[in-house]
Parts: sequence; structure tokens; C-alpha cells
Amino acid sequence: MRGVLKLSWVETKLFVREPLALIFAFAFPFFMLFVLAGVFGNDIESEDPDAIADWRSVGPIDYYVATYVGLVMAAAGLITLPLRLASYREAGVLRRFRAAGVSLAIVLGAQVLVAVTMAIIAAIGIVVGAALVYDAKMPENWPLVVLGGLLGLAAFAAIGLFLGAVLPTARAVQGAGLAAFFVMMMISGSGPPRPVLTTTMRAVGDVMPLTHANIVMQDPWLGFGWNMTRAPITLGFGVAAAVLAVRFFRWE
Amino acid sequence: MGETAVVVRDLRKRYGAVQAAGGVSFDVAPGEIFGIIGANGSGKTTTIECLQGLRKRDSGVALVLGLDPQTQGIALRHRIGSQLQESSLPERLRVWEALDLFAALSPRSRDWRELLEEWDLVQKWNSAFADLSGGQRQRLFVALALVNDPEIVFLDEMTTGLDPAARHAAWDLVREIRRRGTTVVLVTHFMDEAEDLCDRIAVFKQGRVVALDTPQGLVSHYAGRSTVRFTTNDGSFDWLRECPGFESMERDGRRIAIRGRGPLLAHVAAALVARGIAPPDLEVERGTLEDAYMAISQEAAP
Repeated sequence: MRGVLKLSWVETKLFVREPLALIFAFAFPFFMLFVLAGVFGNDIESEDPDAIADWRSVGPIDYYVATYVGLVMAAAGLITLPLRLASYREAGVLRRFRAAGVSLAIVLGAQVLVAVTMAIIAAIGIVVGAALVYDAKMPENWPLVVLGGLLGLAAFAAIGLFLGAVLPTARAVQGAGLAAFFVMMMISGSGPPRPVLTTTMRAVGDVMPLTHANIVMQDPWLGFGWNMTRAPITLGFGVAAAVLAVRFFRWE
Repeated sequence: MGETAVVVRDLRKRYGAVQAAGGVSFDVAPGEIFGIIGANGSGKTTTIECLQGLRKRDSGVALVLGLDPQTQGIALRHRIGSQLQESSLPERLRVWEALDLFAALSPRSRDWRELLEEWDLVQKWNSAFADLSGGQRQRLFVALALVNDPEIVFLDEMTTGLDPAARHAAWDLVREIRRRGTTVVLVTHFMDEAEDLCDRIAVFKQGRVVALDTPQGLVSHYAGRSTVRFTTNDGSFDWLRECPGFESMERDGRRIAIRGRGPLLAHVAAALVARGIAPPDLEVERGTLEDAYMAISQEAAP
């Protein structure tokens, strides 16, 4: 545990020294919130009632806050975490850790701890920003939203480990991870609301982990309670990714 | 520490069609500086990596500090130090942070501030890894290999990228490492380094150890021929042919060169003095480890 904490602290310092990672983790979701709030506002009265129905009968900002927290998780799991692991492998940093007798649990544990901590900070930032600036609706059921958020975050951390394990180079992560991120952003409910998507898009969205993670947070947020279907699916994504990550991890 | 620091018996490792190590055997005694030399692709690094547990051998025996690197890898790697040939650190990690981190990650550690001083990194203590020169990186890697106070340290091309002064400083430090009781396994391309530092040297060729001896032993066995030279105004020196070890003599005006084996200089000098001749410029040119290495390389050619 001492090793995980020590390495996590060093990794946190490295993270803060990396402007691009900081922008992706913290600034990007805020930018999304700002743009969509500017486009749609949060006023149910002035909008077309059909459009409001697509946003689950709440204002657009109220609808999007949970899904931007989802974007923060997805960025951590699809980009930040695998990028770090793959570039460490490519540069021989993992090799050096291994030669020093550092266990896989310490290396991966520290990466997960840092990614999860940063994502939680960014998520809190999103929620506080949405509340203060746009007076967004706060969760109906805080404990279930937090639980759902942690479930989604754990799943994406595992996905991050899996991608970091199987994608050999930083370049591969930048290709595959970034592509997956933008696809999920567009069809998992973080962009256009799901009802306006075509049937095919919705079907593809249903095999994306972000769709499930978003709804697991959004349902208790808007007062629909715990989603008994999507929560186990999110958990399943996480467990499968974690098992595959450990199975396929390569130091070199 | 046990009787033997490292035991390798018939170690084999194949990458696809390439036989990287084809039956390597040697022992390293505790407290020894053991050198490994050989061409690129002769299996030096593969063998070392099998001993560090970074690669799996296909067959054969490998014991390091009595542990099997394959099954007891982490326990072993806590007790050995490895300066790896191909590795790196995060670009924005600072020198002191690297030492502090790796000290914290190993069960036993030395005060890394001492290592900063020994390896001349004090002025760079707060520099990012990306801002270090090649030589500074190399010294940091050696310092990192020593931060867990290892019982054996593997140095793979330690002085590559160092300037001549830094190389000689590194040699002194390697002797210092040994004086502290650490066994050193040194892979190098520099023959002067191997000759200067190593107690014994294994010469690798095509995945096998083709010669193993002290530097002096290798030189006298494979490059034992020496040349004695002097100048003289006198006439015939045919009587020097009687000297033990004599092989040939050349005369170019006043200059005489005698080639032979064994302690040729002593015999020639004695014979000259016995006849009242004491040339002031009597000198000998002896083989070096480089000559021996070249002879070994050519000798065992397929």
C-alpha cells in the first residue's frame, strides 16, 4: 500500500505538469457544458414540448450534467489512463519498474488511484459549476447518484487498464481511444439525447459502456431511481475489462 | 550470500528462428567483477535479462543469489540492481524524485542523497529527466540500480554515452561498489573497461561463451605474442634466436624487432646484458584484450 501511495503521489505531480492531460481532464467537460448551455439554455417554458420530452422532460442543462460527469469518466478511461500506460511501455518506464521488483498491482493500482481522484475532482467541478452558473437541477437521490457515479468510474478505470494493456503504443491509444471517446460522446446521450438518435445509433449506443454509465447516474438524478438493468451491465463491463487487463498486460 | 552469486548452466533462449542464447554456462563468485563482452547479437543482454527474470529462458538452469529468476522474480529483483540498456523515465520526473521513488519502492534502500553525490548529479537534482544529457541519464540509471543497496548489480553498457573523464570516474565507482561487497556483472563493448575492471571475463559469440578467463589469461592465451624492439649499431644478433619463446626476427637498418611468445622481453634483455649490450630504447609491445578479443572472434568463426 505504501508503494501505491508513493507512486500515486509522484504520478499526481507528473499529471499536474502535463498541460494537455489537465486540459482534457478538467477544461474540456466545462467547455462542453458552456457551449451546450449557450445553445439550449435550461428553460422548459420557451422550448418546444416535443424537444423537452427528448430531454426526459427536464431542461437541457439538467439533463446534461450527469452525462458530462460521464464524459469525465470516459476521458479518464479511454484516453488519460491508457495513454499513460502505453507511453510508459513504449518508453521502457514499465520495464524499469519491473526490473526494480515493483509489482503489477502497485503500478496499476497507482494509475487507477490517480485517474479516479482526478476524475472525481473534475466531476465535482462540473456539478458545482452547473449549480452555481446555470442553476442546474441537483440530484433527487444523492446516495444513488454517487453510487452510480463510482460504479461508472470503476468500470471506466478498468476499461482504461484494459486499453492500456492491449494497445501497444501511445499512438495506438491516441487513435483507438480518442475515436471511441468521440463515438461515445455522440451516441451515448452526452451529445444529442437518445430519443433523437436513429434506431441503429441507439443500438450501437447500447453496446457502449458510457450509455449505461450515463443512465445509471442520470436516473436517480432525475428521480427515476436505481436502474436495475443498466447498473449490472456497467458492472459487467468493468469486471470483464479488469479480468482482460490482467490477463493481457505486457510490461514490454 | 551463498557460495556462488550466479550459476548459469546450458541456458537457452530462442526468439522465433533466432537462437539468442544457445547453451550459456558460467558462474560468478560473490564479490567478483564479472565482465561479459561480445558482438551485438551474441546473446549478452538476453542472458542478463534471463538472470534478472525479465525474460523466460527456454531451458537450462539459472540461479541468482540462490533464487530462480523465473519463479522468484520479484523477491530476486528486490535484491539485485539493474541498469538497463533500453529503458526510460517519465519526461517530467525530476532526478531526486526518481531516486526517492525507487528507494521507497524497494524494501531496503540506501540514502539517495549519497548516490546523488557519488554519481555527480547534485547539481542536477531538481532537473526533469527530459532535460538531462545522455551521460547524466546514464549516471542516473546506475544510481537507480544501486538505490536498493543490491547484493548483485547488473550494469549493461554502463559507460556508453559517457565522456572519457566520466568513464574513468565511473570505473572508480564500480571498484567502490565492489569494495562495499556488491558483486558486479558488467556487460561492455569497451575492451579497456573490461581489462581495467574485471576479475574475469566471459566472451560471448553466437549465443555461447567461447572463452572465460582473467583478462591476463585471455591476453596470454589468445594474444600471447609480444614484440621486443631496440636499435643497435652492432652486427649480427642471430644468437637471440636461442631465447625461449623466440619466433622471428626482423632487421631494418639499425632497428631490430623480435617476435615471440611467453616472457620474451626478460629472456632477450638477459641475453643482451650477458653480452654487455644495454640498448637504452629496449621496449616491448604486448597484446591487449582487444587483440585477444579479435583473435577469439576470428578463431571460432563458423
